[in-house]
This record gives sequence, C-alpha cells and structure tokens, in this order.
Amino acid sequence: MATLELTITEIEQMQARRLGPLCWMAVGWMTFMFAVAMFADVLPLPSPTDMDMLERRAPTSLQHWLGTDGLGRDELARLIFGARVSLVVGLCAPVIGLTFGGALGMLAGYFRGRFETLVVGSMDVLLAFPPLILALAVIAYLGQSLVNLTCILGVLGIPAFMRVARASTLTLARREFVIAAQALGATHARILLRELLPNVMLPLLAFFLLSVAVTIVVEGALSFLGLGVPPPASSWGSMIGEGRESLEVAPRLAFMPAIAMFLTVLSFNLVGDTLRALTDPRQGAL
Amino acid sequence: MIQQVSKSTSREPLLEVDNLVVEYSVGNKIVHAVSGVSLHIARGETLGLVGESGCGKSTLGRAVLRLHRPVSGRVLFDGHDLTAMQGNALRQMRQRVQLIFQDPIASLNPRRRIGDIIAEPLAISGVNDLQQRKKLVDEVLGAVGLDPALVAGRLPHEFSGGQCQRICIARALVLNPEFIVCDEPVSALDVSIRAQILNLLEEMKARYGLTLLFIAHDLAVVKAVSDRVAVMYLGRLCEVGPSEQVFASPAHPYTALLIEAIPIPDPDVRPVETVPVGEPPSPISPPSGCRFRTRCPRADQRCSEEMPELRTVAPGQFAACHHPLIGS
Amino acid sequence: MNDVALLTLEGVSVDLPTPRGNLRAVDGVDLTVGAGRTLGIVGESGCGKTMLSRAILQLLPKKAKHSGSVMFDGQDLLQLPPERLRKLRGRSLAVVFQDPMTSLNPVLTIGTQLIETLREHLELDLAAAEMRSVELLAAVSIPAPEQRLKQYPHQLSGGMRQRVAIAIALSCEPKLLIADEPTTALDVTIQAQILDLLVREQRRRHMAMILITHDLGVVAGRTDEVAVMYAGRVVERAPTPVLFKKMRMPYTEALLAAIPKIDAAPHTPLPAISGRPPDPTRPLRGCSFSPRCRYAARRCHQEKPALVEAESREHLYACFHPIETGAVAGA
Repeated sequence: MATLELTITEIEQMQARRLGPLCWMAVGWMTFMFAVAMFADVLPLPSPTDMDMLERRAPTSLQHWLGTDGLGRDELARLIFGARVSLVVGLCAPVIGLTFGGALGMLAGYFRGRFETLVVGSMDVLLAFPPLILALAVIAYLGQSLVNLTCILGVLGIPAFMRVARASTLTLARREFVIAAQALGATHARILLRELLPNVMLPLLAFFLLSVAVTIVVEGALSFLGLGVPPPASSWGSMIGEGRESLEVAPRLAFMPAIAMFLTVLSFNLVGDTLRALTDPRQGAL
Repeated sequence: MIQQVSKSTSREPLLEVDNLVVEYSVGNKIVHAVSGVSLHIARGETLGLVGESGCGKSTLGRAVLRLHRPVSGRVLFDGHDLTAMQGNALRQMRQRVQLIFQDPIASLNPRRRIGDIIAEPLAISGVNDLQQRKKLVDEVLGAVGLDPALVAGRLPHEFSGGQCQRICIARALVLNPEFIVCDEPVSALDVSIRAQILNLLEEMKARYGLTLLFIAHDLAVVKAVSDRVAVMYLGRLCEVGPSEQVFASPAHPYTALLIEAIPIPDPDVRPVETVPVGEPPSPISPPSGCRFRTRCPRADQRCSEEMPELRTVAPGQFAACHHPLIGS
Repeated sequence: MNDVALLTLEGVSVDLPTPRGNLRAVDGVDLTVGAGRTLGIVGESGCGKTMLSRAILQLLPKKAKHSGSVMFDGQDLLQLPPERLRKLRGRSLAVVFQDPMTSLNPVLTIGTQLIETLREHLELDLAAAEMRSVELLAAVSIPAPEQRLKQYPHQLSGGMRQRVAIAIALSCEPKLLIADEPTTALDVTIQAQILDLLVREQRRRHMAMILITHDLGVVAGRTDEVAVMYAGRVVERAPTPVLFKKMRMPYTEALLAAIPKIDAAPHTPLPAISGRPPDPTRPLRGCSFSPRCRYAARRCHQEKPALVEAESREHLYACFHPIETGAVAGA
C-alpha cells in the first residue's frame, strides 16, 4: 500500500494517468503505418517508379487507387514507399541521438566536474550552428543518400538527448538509493547500468517519440527542398514538393502526403506526451 | 563467497575516528562540515550521535564509510586505515560496514524489485549461486518481519515508509556486517512506526552481533538505543559520555539546551520559557574559538580566543568547554 | 469563563474520489474552538488532520466533496460566496504551514510578501505598510528587521522563514490562527522558540489557535484542549490535563507509550503499536483502530463506536472498551 495521505496534487495527477481514446487511436495509426511500410514489398501494389506517361495526373481508378502523379507513377505506392523513408529516417536518426546523447548525458550528470563542462560545452557549440544550414552543408559535401541524411539528422539530435539524460541523471544521482549502491562498493559501471539507466530510460523514451515526430518533419522539409533522398525514391516531402506544380489541377497530389505526414507526426506526439505524463509524476512523487 | 565472519571479541575499539576533517565546497565557499572529530566505538556498542541540522553528523557518518573524502584525519576500522584504502581492498571492507538512511523510500531504486534490491549486495560481493542468494534474501526478510513470498516480487512504491525501512534494514543485514551506520533511520516515520523500527534495530543488533553508530536529532530516540552518546555542534564534538550520565547531568551548555528544548508529553511540566538564543551560525564561517559561544549564556573572552578540547569532567564523560556545568 | 465559540464544526466530512475508490479523508468531525483558546489536533499521517484544516479554510481540491457545517464568527463558511471567503482568509482566518520554503514565494522578497498582505486586507499605503512590516518582524524576534525586508526566503534559515510566515499570518490581527505542523521541519531548539512565539502572540492578541501536530509533547504544555484523530475521525477530545491524566482511548494511550521518554533508561523496549494505519479507501466496518488494539473484542470489529462523554461533558471518546480512569499511560 502506497502513501495514505494523498496530497492534493497527487489526486489530480492520478486522474491524468488514464490513457484516453485519442492515445489509442494514435497507437492504431502508428501500427498501421509500420505494418504497411514493412510489408510494402509484398503488397499488391504497382511499382512506385514505373512511369506511365499516358496516365499522368489521372484521377482515382481501379488500377491506381489514389491516382497518379505528374509523371504517371502510382500515388498510393509512392505514399507507402514514402512512408518507409520517413519512418526509417524518423526512427534511425533519433536512435543515434538516443544512444550517443543519452550516454554522454548520463556520464556527464554522474561524473560532473571537468568532464561535464566539456560535454555540455561541446553540445552548446553544436547547438549554435543553425541545424538546417548544417544539414545542407554536409549533404552538399557528402552527397544525397538515405544513410547520409539519417546520420546528419542523428548527430543534430544528440545535444537534446544529452540534455534530457543529464537532467534526469542529476536528480537521480543524488538520491539515497545511488548512495546506498556506492556504500555497498558497487563500481561506477554497475551503478550507471543497474541503478541509473532503468530510471533515466523512461524520460528518454518519451523524448525519443517526440524526437521521431520532429525528425519526420525535418526530413520532409529537406526532401521538399530537394535535398533529401534522391529521386526516383519517393518521400513525403519530395511528393509535396512535386505536388506543388499540380495544385490547381490535382491538389490531392500535394495534400495526401501532407495529411499522411500530419497524422503520423501527430500520433508520435500524442503517444510521446502520454508517456511523459505517465513517467513524470511517478518520479516527482518519489 | 560470504564468509561467516566470526565476530571477534577483541578489546580494541571496532571503529576509531582520529581527528577527522571533512570539507566541501558550495559554489565558491567552503563548508566546514566536520572540523577535527575524534571518537571510538567498541565492539557491540551503540554510539548515539546527536545534533541539529548543519552540525555535520550525517557528513561524519558518511565519511566513516568513505563516501566523503576527508581533508585530513583517519578512520580506522578493525585496525585497518579506511582513509588510505583504494579499489578492491576498500570494496572488501565495505561489506563489513553498512548504512541505513533517513528516507526509506528514496533509498530503494524505484524500478527494481525488492528481491533484486536485497540481493544486490550479494551480487556485488560475488555470491553467484542464485539458490544461495535467494536463501539468504528470504532469511533476512524473515528476520525483519516481512514475508518473502509477499514482498520479494514487488516494487518499492507499493510499500509504506515503515515497511521500506524494514527492507532497507534487510539489505544492510544480508552480508552479515559487523558495523552499521544508521543515519536518522526513524525521523521520516510516524510515531507509532518509529517504535516498531527501533525495537527491530535492537533485536537485529542482538541477533547479528552488531555495532551501531546511531545518528539522530531526537535526543529521546538516541537515548533509547544508545550506550554512549556524542553531542555534535557545527562540526565539533561538545560532549561524549554514557547516555544515562550525560542526560542526567550534562556538562556542556549545548547539551543542556537540547535537553531543555525537548517537548515533554506531560501537561504539568510547563515548557521552560526559552530565552531566544538565536540561530546556529553557518558552517561556512563558524565563530572563532568555541563555536557555541554565540548562543551560550556562559561565554566569555576566553571562549572566543581558545577552542576548547574534550576533557574529562566525570568518569567516562568528556566535554569540550571552558566552563562546563559539572567537573570544572 | 466560557468564551463564545468562535469556530464550530459539525459533522464535517471530506470525500476524495480516487481511481482506487472513494477516500473518506475526514469522517463526521465535530469540534469547537472558543475565542482566545488553543485547540491541539494530534494524529499521525493519514489521519485526516491536514484535510480538516483545509476544510476549515475552504481550500480543498476541486474534486473533493465536503459536507457538514463550518461556522466561523457566526457565518457558515460552506455557504459563503468565494469573494467573501477570500476577504476572510488572511484577515480573520490565518494559516501557518509546515514548510516555510514552499509557503513563502521564493521569487519575492520578504518585504513584498508582507506588504502585499497588509495592503490587500488593511488597505494601508506603502509607507504605513512598510513600517508595520518592520514592527511585525521585530515582534517575531527577527534581528535587523529593516534589512530582512529586502531579502529573499532562501537567504534565511528555516527558523527565520517560519517566523516570517508567522509574521505574515499575524499581520492582519486574525481571530483564528491555524498552525499546521509549524515546527515539524525545524530543529528542536528552534522548535521550542517558535512554539513559545506562537503561544506568546496568541495570549497577547487574545487569538484562537489550532495547533496541528503529530507530537503529543508539543501540545502538552501549550494547549487548552486536545483532539486526537485517527482514520479521519476524532477519537478522543478533552481539556489537555484531563487527556493526559485520564485518557480513555487505547490509541491515545498507545501513542503516548510509543514515544521514547527522555527519563527512561537506554535499551528499554518501547511498547510499539503493531500493524499500520488503515487504508482510507477501504474503511473498516467496525472501529478503525481495532486491528491494532490490544483490547479489541468482537463488537469492536463489527460496530463503529460513537463519541460518548466520559466523566464530564468536555471529555469525549469513541471506544467500547475504554481504559480505566486514572490509569497513567506508559506505566
């Protein structure tokens, strides 16, 4: 049995802990997107790169469920393969941030002193560069590819993860259970991995989901500018960019990828927010 | 491998603190937490360390466990100099000395199960046999009055403060240590639970043959469990002596002030109208000479110039005062 | 010398909806406080004493349901519109909380907080408010009061902050002061000073005071009447000397016995109360203390005892097996 005298704030927080229907819908959309992107190869779709010059900007039909784009390529197939790009970049880049940023943040928050100053300082330098310009510069230098894009976005995300991990570690490292582990003679590695990591993981995961949402938008923006994945691969951002030309004739070419991106980003935000609400009060109540 | 340490019956003190000085910096200021404290604890004894917040008693307790690096001075445990130890040797020593904290819920990792938390000391000290671990964990949980079947698989937030403190005590006992530092173990608990935990500590002391350093700010609690008591003020010891003797006839004016201030649950005892003696000074800039002189009704010129050392004022009782209440 | 009752609580109950079920924080409490008198409310955490003080101040959480009547100075606080209540709070009805670090605004100076209260309720101009603030700080024995006005709460020690909180509470000459565990977070020597200050000011201003604490020692010499709470109810109520000398509730006796006494010899085993306080979301059918009571009988587990009179109208208790009159607790 937990605390008996519930304080006023605890009662209010307990109400917020229920997962609402909105959250479940978000989870549903996310699952749907993942499934569709993963099994894109086995789905009975026309190829997203086959151009059919006779059927350019064709409306919806049995052959092309969502019509075709400006070069006669099947819109639905392009949307689904575009989902793949967005999700791959959207997930892999934050993973880079999570691993490196999370590790640096935890080490900085635990060891403090000069190491911490060094880490925080270098992160500040990285943050000082306007991210989009840096991304453009690196891509211009290294060339456009999925891997390069993922890496640069991943590196750009490291400072934010470092901040979250460090903040969390700073509060936790002072708690008695960490001192208790030290008093038992546990090595630093043991304390970091067994005592701190399970606790820091929660806020990091919540932040991860929010970061996925942001990365998808950034990838979309870069692709829109023509600096994301190179053609003929489709990405929601590049589809929006291409759809710009057909706005009067076939507005769906721009709007459908935009809606797909909007719903996906919204879903990640909702789930990330809910996770954050679930993890924070518990930590506060300790 | 846990060796069943045979509790030696040597006459040497188990713990000896020799002129320990601990300081730490806050911003660009230095806090003189412990300024030259010497004491010793005999085997099987409970020494109560009492003082108000800021006096350095918690820092001293943690310094004894090498959780703070002392600026100077030594801590000798069973003849071994803890202050000079490093790495593996220190880790081995740590298994013989344990610590119980004030906030029982914060002392437990909120994301680990109770069984794992109590097994952690065993894992760190190399007990790899899982069966053996479980056996020892179950045994120690039973000793503190908890049912292992009901408790081992749950998380800390499912338990009350009193139960968490029992779990912390179990964790401290699982390695069969010789010495436990109890840092305000009952201050965060309710009155009715306090008595339970104090009784439990006494019981465990007898069962495991422990030596205790009991740190608290509540004098009555300290007196209830201690054989000898040491009073600390702003980083220095004011008085040391057998509990009964010190409380019956305190030698140091600060001890007397503490005793007077205790609220007595008896309506006939009118609370003594205390003359406002002000606030304790900050440990960043302690007063010169005797640190208590700014609040002491007996202070004079000598007190501001000369720092008093602990001197015998009665058999077994020592006080650091130029004008003690007894035995001057 | 019967004073007119300043505060009368009748059948006050507070229910809080929680995901685990309804939580009865306060269960049908009747209390009176006469003008100029001190009532001590004693209980451990979870007994509902803090919720009770919030009920008096009408500062309950939004989801809480409260019933009963709270008559203060002739007005029923449950019926008053929020505007009138706000004028009452701080002026006639003042509070001092446990933790001065959170009850004082950390980003405002001491002076601002004091002057704000004075100008809000007494409509003084700035100069007059400043002068009065200095007087108040001096009255609560804060040295160098003029300098303190410009300081922030974190620059003061815990004891000083609590004095400031008391000064703010007393600034508008309240008729009733509620002190909710005012010294629990302070050292024992400072505790004594703060309690003396409260009692002194209470006597000087002929103010009523409710002193809420978990420590029987704190109420012993400083209150006129004591009410002991357990699991949301008042289980015993009596004038202070009567409570300590002629207690009837086994819980009161057990509580007193469980406190380590300074004159007891070391290593005397403490008569502890076994078990834990009940879960307020699962109220027991019988007496809430029965699972832990050493005198409990069948009736105690099945029926809730009502408050009945002991040897006089002023001493009430709720127990089917009260301890004998004249028994000295802890003996």
